[in-house]
Amino acid sequence: MIEGIVHTITIHNVIFIADPVGALYWPEQQMLVVADLHLEKGSSFARRGLLLPPYDSGTTLHNLSKLITRYAPQRVIALGDSFHDRSGSARMTARDCETLAALQRGRDWIWIAGNHDPEPLAIDGTFVRELAVDGLVFRHEPTGEAGEIAGHLHPRARVRWRGHVVVRRCFAAGPDCVVMPAFGAYTGGLNILDRAFARVFATPGFTAHLLGSGRLYAFPAAHCLG
Amino acid sequence: MSVRRVGVSIPELPDVFARWFASRGWAPRAHQLELLAAAQAGRSALLIAPTGGGKTLAGFLPTLVELSASVDRSSSTNRKLVSTGRGVRRSGGLHTLYISPLKALAVDIARNLETPVADMKLPIRIETRTGDTPGSKRQRQRRDPPDILLTTPEQVALLLASADAPYLFGSLRRIVLDELHSLVLSKRGDLLSLGLARLFRLAPQLTSIGLSATVAHPAELCRYLVPQSADGVAQADQIVAHGGAAPEIGMLETDARLPWAGHSARHGLQRIYDLIRRNTTTLVFVNTRMQAELVFQELWRINDDGLAIALHHGSLDVAQRRKVEGAMAQGRLRAVVCTSSLDLGVDWGDIDLVINVGAPKGSSRLLQRIGRANHRMDEASRGVLVPANRFEVLECTAAIEAVAANAQDTPPLRTGALDVLAQHILGCACGEPFRAEDLYVEVRQAAPYRMLTRKDFDDAVDFVATGGYALKSYERFAKIRLSQDGLWRITHPRVAQRYRMNVGTIVEADMLKVRLVRARESRHGYSGPIARGGKLLGQVEEYFVESLAPGDTFVFSGEILRYEGLVGDEIYVSRASGQDPKIPSYEGGKFPLSTYLAERVRQLLAEPAHWRVLPDEVREWLDIQQWRSIVPGARDLLVETFPRADKNYLVCYPFEGRLAHQTLGMLLTRRLERARLRPLGFVANEYALAVWGLGDPALAIRQGELSLDALFDEDMLGDELEAWLDESALMKRTFHNCAIIAGLIERRFPGEEKSRRQMTISTDLVYDVLRRHQADHVLLRAARQDAATEALDIRRLGTMLSRIRGRIVHKPLDRVSPLAVPALLEIGTERVAGEASEVLLAEAEARLVREAMQR
Repeated sequence: MIEGIVHTITIHNVIFIADPVGALYWPEQQMLVVADLHLEKGSSFARRGLLLPPYDSGTTLHNLSKLITRYAPQRVIALGDSFHDRSGSARMTARDCETLAALQRGRDWIWIAGNHDPEPLAIDGTFVRELAVDGLVFRHEPTGEAGEIAGHLHPRARVRWRGHVVVRRCFAAGPDCVVMPAFGAYTGGLNILDRAFARVFATPGFTAHLLGSGRLYAFPAAHCLG
Repeated sequence: MSVRRVGVSIPELPDVFARWFASRGWAPRAHQLELLAAAQAGRSALLIAPTGGGKTLAGFLPTLVELSASVDRSSSTNRKLVSTGRGVRRSGGLHTLYISPLKALAVDIARNLETPVADMKLPIRIETRTGDTPGSKRQRQRRDPPDILLTTPEQVALLLASADAPYLFGSLRRIVLDELHSLVLSKRGDLLSLGLARLFRLAPQLTSIGLSATVAHPAELCRYLVPQSADGVAQADQIVAHGGAAPEIGMLETDARLPWAGHSARHGLQRIYDLIRRNTTTLVFVNTRMQAELVFQELWRINDDGLAIALHHGSLDVAQRRKVEGAMAQGRLRAVVCTSSLDLGVDWGDIDLVINVGAPKGSSRLLQRIGRANHRMDEASRGVLVPANRFEVLECTAAIEAVAANAQDTPPLRTGALDVLAQHILGCACGEPFRAEDLYVEVRQAAPYRMLTRKDFDDAVDFVATGGYALKSYERFAKIRLSQDGLWRITHPRVAQRYRMNVGTIVEADMLKVRLVRARESRHGYSGPIARGGKLLGQVEEYFVESLAPGDTFVFSGEILRYEGLVGDEIYVSRASGQDPKIPSYEGGKFPLSTYLAERVRQLLAEPAHWRVLPDEVREWLDIQQWRSIVPGARDLLVETFPRADKNYLVCYPFEGRLAHQTLGMLLTRRLERARLRPLGFVANEYALAVWGLGDPALAIRQGELSLDALFDEDMLGDELEAWLDESALMKRTFHNCAIIAGLIERRFPGEEKSRRQMTISTDLVYDVLRRHQADHVLLRAARQDAATEALDIRRLGTMLSRIRGRIVHKPLDRVSPLAVPALLEIGTERVAGEASEVLLAEAEARLVREAMQR
């Protein structure tokens, strides 16, 4: 069962539980949604001579397994850019492969195509370009369509209080669509006041739900810093 | 301290040199001849001399004498390989390498050196090599090197990382290190020491000369100059230039009221202006860029005579800086307001006054700054100190007394950094394949790495090869690899190419360009696009911009500017004259108050009889403190507690510098939190730390629930420190620098801009992942080492905590004490240093909700 304070985000009249680690859970559908895992980003850099610590996939999968333990979903949707490049799944260590397989066992797993991983990969799960469920659409790149749950932009927001600036990953949520924060351990962020978001949210009236420890903090986008 | 005497009689100068000295009406100085004698005896030497002591000429004299005597060199056709029967020997070739921390200085010295060489018609070729030297000339310098090459530490690293380094440096006889006291303070000094160890191996006949200002521990510099051996400690000779008039330093006297806090020194500006008017050329030193901006702006506000007053600091556009330096050299300026950007540099003979605004921070630093005035040794340099607040009066007084006693407080020699070692190891591999055992022996000959353990060395090699991870998954991506023959080699020429693009230890803060545009109409949120194009004013640190919101005003480039927005890597600003800048602009000094000066300040405080040297206002301030509370003893820590408004304050006075105080503040807040005293924030300055909260610490102490001895116990530097460090933004910045220097991430890539952006990754994320999976990784060790000494001053905090053990004096008060006022005044102007960002977010959200509900 889900305990503690629950923060919800309503998209197109559907109520989601927004988890402060950066995931959405749809209770009616028992569906967990995460975006931009960017697995094997570390080894992708290493391939090009920057030997980043090879622990990012392990960290990302560990965080994902905690979520799965918490919600015990029937279905997991990864909203694209699940691997940092096309050969990413082949570079994953045996241990990380096992972890992923264990997470997938006994539930539907849907990999949405992203720009980093446009083709199906040699791993378990269903590969689709996008997915429509009950009036909502799940895809990688946001278009601003009503009922859209997307990723790709890695939203983060800056808030100033008493001269301090706090920068966090966030959900960028309008009444009818949401851009989810990137979930991967090595994923950076794009400020929600960047033009890319203006193209998704017709009016500036969207909300940034900043990820905190154990809870979310909601701010109108207009209140955040560029 | 023992000064080794040179056991050789003073040599005669060759005729041509004696005649040259005589023709200029000079006589060679004793230290110039002593240095010549040491060099002729084949010994390395450190020359300590004040500016204006003919230090540079002294450093080159041995080389000039040697080269003038060598007839072989008279014609360039003789620069050939000569068969010696047993092998080949090159005649000629590079003889002397001169290394300066500033490329401008190298260029200037080359120019100055041409004069005696031309006058005496010496057959000597002198060239410079800096980042500005054209590629074709650099190529030629490798094939056909000059006799004397003047360059920078980075260029030496680059030259050593090439396959022809043995050819180029095999003939080297002497290396001259200028401004050694400054070089050794940073990671640049670490890198140079490693290069030096390599040069000593490539050129066994090499000796060195160090040129330095007066330092506290000259023996350490003497060790730096020569290869260290496992047994015993090798040292260069030490030669001190005697004589030189003592500087005249005074404190600015003004009728204006002395401020309680702040750093603008506005109260003294009229007098500073009067001094500028009465002198030919004045250097006005300040501690931070923002202070420079403010002082410059205020001076122009009262510049009724239209004196040529210029501004110089590291964030201004390079072209603008060069213009100021040029105008200064031509004597066209009456004053330059500058930061440490002019601490070193080209000699300008005409400066007759140095004004130091704000705290001098250290006795040696002050002496070196004042020495910028009047570069003639037998005339006194003149300096005036301008304290910006009352505590700074104490610090200035202590500094003037320390200078009078000729006390030196330069910091001790560094322990070589591991990130720099990693960079050097890759550089070595780019030059020629290496055997780990041999390189380890060589590296330990560098004084800063004398104590390097084999494990640290091996870890650094492992890091360079495959990242040094416990999870061995990068073997196929290795940068260097161990071959069958036991040698480490680079795996691809590309590795060397990228090394060369990223060499060096100076990590610039991420900077954003500042561009002047017209103001926008709307000041909030999403308003229309900003007009593009406009004059480039310079650069500011990205982290400064991150604290700005559109509409905020701040001072830059001598103007009050309004922040309009961020476009790409540029920030757009508009003129906002007539408004007061809103953003607190003091970004904290780079240099902490020296331990020595701090002690002198505590002693001054502890001796009321000594207070008569202080201005009336300051004496009165201390008298009232004594009557109302306590003036602490020299070794004690005074802790005051008092209520104010609806909060309770705890203020202590360690005098250990802002960095150490901030670290202490973080740790104390955590402990007070655990003691349920609900601390809300703290503020630290150079002298004091104030913590406030809802709970009453005085009551808790009275009821025996809180013990100050336990609160300030040294054990806070154990697990608690570790736990906090892991989350600390300062620690992340430190790690970032280490990651760049060690080559984990790169500053420059071959290829287009797009790939650069793709290859950028936040080191904060890397830090988080690495510390969770491999807390003892060599880069984390490097970052912790930096944190202990420079970034967070943890070592100094530890010394302080052990000093005050059993010597904490608690004084409960019913209201704020005079001594506490300056610290409390900084609340609001200083950003509160806490990092409880969760609390901040919650507060910000709550306020927003409250606002929304009211309407």
